[in-house]
Amino acid sequence: MTTSIRRAARRLLLIAGLPAVLVTAWWLATANSTNFYWPPLRTILETFGPTWLEGKLTTDVVPSLARLGVGYVAALALGSGLGVAIGSSKTLRATVEPVLEFFRAIPPPVLVPILILFAGIGDGMKVLVIVSGAIWPILLNTVEGVRSIDEVLRDTAACYRFRTRTRLTTLILRGASPQIMAGARQALSIAIILMVISEMFAASNGLGFTIIQFQRSFALPQMWSGIILLGLIGVALSLLFRLVENRVLAWYFGQRNTQHSGA
Amino acid sequence: MSIVSTLTRRTPEPDTAMSTDSTGQQTPMLDVRGLRKVYTSANRSVEAVRDLTFSIDPGELVCLVGPSGCGKTTLLRCISGLLETTSDEVVLEGKRVSGPPEGMAVVFQEYGRSLFPWLTVWQNVELPLKEKGLCRAERKRLTTESLAAVGLADFHSAHPWQLSGGMQQRVAIARAVAYEPNVLLMDEPFAAVDAQTRGELEDLVRALWERLGVTVLFVTHDIDEAVYLGQRVVVLSSSPTVVLEDVTIDLPAERDQLTTRSLPRFTELRAHVYARVQEAKAGAQSVATP
Repeated sequence: MTTSIRRAARRLLLIAGLPAVLVTAWWLATANSTNFYWPPLRTILETFGPTWLEGKLTTDVVPSLARLGVGYVAALALGSGLGVAIGSSKTLRATVEPVLEFFRAIPPPVLVPILILFAGIGDGMKVLVIVSGAIWPILLNTVEGVRSIDEVLRDTAACYRFRTRTRLTTLILRGASPQIMAGARQALSIAIILMVISEMFAASNGLGFTIIQFQRSFALPQMWSGIILLGLIGVALSLLFRLVENRVLAWYFGQRNTQHSGA
Repeated sequence: MSIVSTLTRRTPEPDTAMSTDSTGQQTPMLDVRGLRKVYTSANRSVEAVRDLTFSIDPGELVCLVGPSGCGKTTLLRCISGLLETTSDEVVLEGKRVSGPPEGMAVVFQEYGRSLFPWLTVWQNVELPLKEKGLCRAERKRLTTESLAAVGLADFHSAHPWQLSGGMQQRVAIARAVAYEPNVLLMDEPFAAVDAQTRGELEDLVRALWERLGVTVLFVTHDIDEAVYLGQRVVVLSSSPTVVLEDVTIDLPAERDQLTTRSLPRFTELRAHVYARVQEAKAGAQSVATP
């Protein structure tokens, strides 16, 4: 009982220790700051509530997160769908792989000006920017995942005459799910970055837009609070991702643990 | 074998089950005529199986044995329709095999790789029954019974990777049995389990076969195992494979690990098959260096 409490306390210390040290250091270093560009952390935190929780939550934060959500889900669906198709066909793979490598190598932010030409400056463009960047890790990992599905497992599905739908869901997608999730994790951080960047170019609302507005109007404590908010959103989303991952890949982690313990 | 008593014998009694043709001869369950498989790549072709002809009657348990590397697995993949043959006739229940046929189940050697790790034991057994279109009650009955028959009634919600190797292969056997196949193909199913477990699993296969009246084709490299299990042992040559001899195993139908293996007749048959397999190996060497 006491050991479990001690272990939990130790874990908490490990997780929260470094952030606490960093925040304290920031707090102390800027406590008496009169530098216009480095306002005291206290001032930043004081502006946090009034800046974000009153009004801007619905006008800026929610639209940003909605675009992120739509773009991320679209990238996930498109990337894994195309990935399954490409991974299942040798000819298709040989045909498109060099092209994929090329597109993947293009930094998505440079696409923003081009996408503005095609898709305007509305929500559609921003979602498109997110999709265009987030799709690649998902797509390429899915291709790899589908390719690496065990031959014996494929034979088993063939012998028992699985229907196409079952083959797709139970064999291919589940079999490739560890790699798909690895791609999805990378894609999440890319999507967040692109959410902000797409709003910095041409926008009338959103987190990226607001932060740039604060910077241009020299509202630096507000600008800093926006950056903190972005960080917090990132942490929250990655925790959410891990929650989903632990559910979806419970079998995979379990299997890996048994193999590592030599059973 | 009390553990298999819950499963009912599905095939009707022999006189009605086995159809006969006009000459009064029985129609084989599985008929392999002139099976040939050549692997071709850009600059060379390898003949893996040259000419294989044998047949299995309904309800028989036949073992295929041959020297290692004689193309047993190739053969089994051809029969199960997983692999295109170069020229052949594989006829199952009067129908030519092209692609995995209905009414056939396969137990693979690599038990750890043939079970779906993301499904539980129960789901692994039940899934093929769903694909077959059986109703929920029927699926439940078959899954429960077959898991009980292999001694895994208490492991329904476990995942395959939580079980030992022998238990995993039992799940694969339960899955095949629940499927109610007419022909059960087994590809060196016990090659990767330890000796004690192997003995248990051999007895399990005999018991299930006796109880269910299913036709079994059992591929192995283990001569003892082939003689112990089979009613007939088909001895294969080295690659390119042909049938060397079709040995009838005239041991009593009631077999157990201790008494059967110590019968003089067992030793004789074992020695005979062993000698043929050795010949096959020697033959391969003389072919290789003419």
